Amino acid sequence: MLRFFLRRIALLIPTFIGVTIAAFAFIRILPGDPVLLMAGERGTTPERHAQLMEQFGFDRPLPIQYLDYLTSALQGDLGISLVTKKPVWDEFFVLFPATLELSFCAIIFAAAIGLPAGVMAAVRRGSWLDQTVMSTALIGYSMPIFWWGLLLIILFSGILGWTPVTGRISLIYFFEPVTGFMLIDSLLSGQKGAFSSAVSHLILPTIVLGTIPLAVVARQTRSAMLEVLGEDYVRTARAKGLKPSRVIGLHALRNALIPVITTIGLQVGVLLGGAILTETIFSWPGIGKWMLDSIFRRDYPSVQGGLLMIAAVVMVVNLTVDLVYGLINPRIRHVG
Amino acid sequence: MSEQTAAPHKLTADTAALTPRGPLSEFWYYFSENRGAVTGLAFFAFICAVALLAGMIAPHSATEQYRDALLFPPVWQEGGDWRFLLGTDAVGRDMLSRLIYGSQYSLFVGCIVVAGAMVVGVTLGVITGYLGGNFDALVMRLMDIILAFPSLLLALALVAILGPSLTNAMIAIAIVQQPHYVRLTRAAVMSEKGKDYVTAARVAGVPPGRLMFRTILPNCMAPLIVQAALSFSTAILDAAALGFLGMGAQPPTPEWGTMLAEAREFILRAWWVVTFPGVAILLTVLAINLMGDGLRDALDPKLKRS
Repeated sequence: MLRFFLRRIALLIPTFIGVTIAAFAFIRILPGDPVLLMAGERGTTPERHAQLMEQFGFDRPLPIQYLDYLTSALQGDLGISLVTKKPVWDEFFVLFPATLELSFCAIIFAAAIGLPAGVMAAVRRGSWLDQTVMSTALIGYSMPIFWWGLLLIILFSGILGWTPVTGRISLIYFFEPVTGFMLIDSLLSGQKGAFSSAVSHLILPTIVLGTIPLAVVARQTRSAMLEVLGEDYVRTARAKGLKPSRVIGLHALRNALIPVITTIGLQVGVLLGGAILTETIFSWPGIGKWMLDSIFRRDYPSVQGGLLMIAAVVMVVNLTVDLVYGLINPRIRHVG
Repeated sequence: MSEQTAAPHKLTADTAALTPRGPLSEFWYYFSENRGAVTGLAFFAFICAVALLAGMIAPHSATEQYRDALLFPPVWQEGGDWRFLLGTDAVGRDMLSRLIYGSQYSLFVGCIVVAGAMVVGVTLGVITGYLGGNFDALVMRLMDIILAFPSLLLALALVAILGPSLTNAMIAIAIVQQPHYVRLTRAAVMSEKGKDYVTAARVAGVPPGRLMFRTILPNCMAPLIVQAALSFSTAILDAAALGFLGMGAQPPTPEWGTMLAEAREFILRAWWVVTFPGVAILLTVLAINLMGDGLRDALDPKLKRS
């Protein structure tokens, strides 16, 4: 078991180094040298230019620059944002909880609906229920979520007036962030109505971000269940005269869940990519919107730092999924 | 198409079972059993026809602005005008014509991205799978690096480097997609290369290049065709998303995602400028995904009732 863990972690190291090289290369590939990029359209005098080149170390050989970048990145120094002049690391961790909260709600939403829907579709294979679930799932899977978000805004905010359009909480509430998670902070603040305001701001973004994972979970659950339901031990359980609900809920579902959990874990990349679109539509102050804004503002240290951090998050989550999979499914440990 | 529809699937079950089928007609036999897949294929053919004949069927130019007809609603709604069946946008351009021309961009993006990602990905996959060793390890780590980034984010960053345009968006999306081809091809080649027919070919003196691409590759095509269909639809979605974020096709190009971006400020005033481009994206992607599911079922030997 330990060997399996260590092997997986060891495999990750070259990838992580590669990711840092990619992030490092990002600023160097851009046309023009970094100082000119930072100076923007104002430009600089040649003397000031040379001084800045030396100050930031851009005049040294590339491998040395890279090693410098790597050591400071590992110590949590991702450079200074060109726009806010604050450390990129701090910016990232101020905004990250917002994305985390949204992604977490989206995945709960996806699992809470996708799992039962997939199970029911598999149990009633070929019925109208199965067909409805599967066609809905395929539509969800094909959905341009940025458009889906706009439609929901038209319906629920425009026509019905039920939900707010932008932000995380109504502006009338103000409290110091404690955890960074609005749902928890609004409860801690003790202000009346703050929590429900936070919830109402979360609903539409959660649905939009959760749509594709929901479709994926439903499809994956159905096919995993179908596979398991054909196994001998399920037939044995049925033959023993166990109640159908017990056979499905206990014998079949437990084994079908293994690939489904992996699928849910692997949605994190989809979520962080989708967060760019969702957060942009709903002006959600998270990492996705921050990355897009940074790209538009040519705030390259922020883009570079964000790329590295997001890749690191994806890699850590994928590793965790991998390890959990090895833990709950002993068959995989000895392969590869 | 015509070849496929002419396949003998109309024969009665008895004779069909007795007549040995060619690979294409066998494929069509299984594919046509899936109603969704056939619907998807029909709709996809329709979109292709629309794209090819855009110049002939579009009632107006995609960019001509009718200044006397700003934000006209569709014809069935009060205030609609028969000149503009699906209404006009904020600068008086005909929605229907823009949607028709938009299909050209989406299909073009899909074709180029799939072709680019597939050629590079499959070549790398065949070579790494066949050779193994250091080259294999190097390429696979490179692919892991690409896969460590969420695909839309990486595409955005690449476009930020290359500059926002439809061409650069296509390059970025192709780069983001090709690791999937590499992995699939590599896995398929690795499972094929130990088989007897490969050994026989090698012993008979077939040179490595021919062995890889003529002997082994054709036997690895089934999963690749399914992947091609899936990545075609992903490419359309990603290109529309980039267009929507202002990093893909630039206005006044009638690309569907870009049209949605322009329409954003009118969402509460003019539902049609927001609804129709999205419906177009959804239906096109849905049709391709339906086809993809049908392809998978028809090509996956495990599911065939042989």
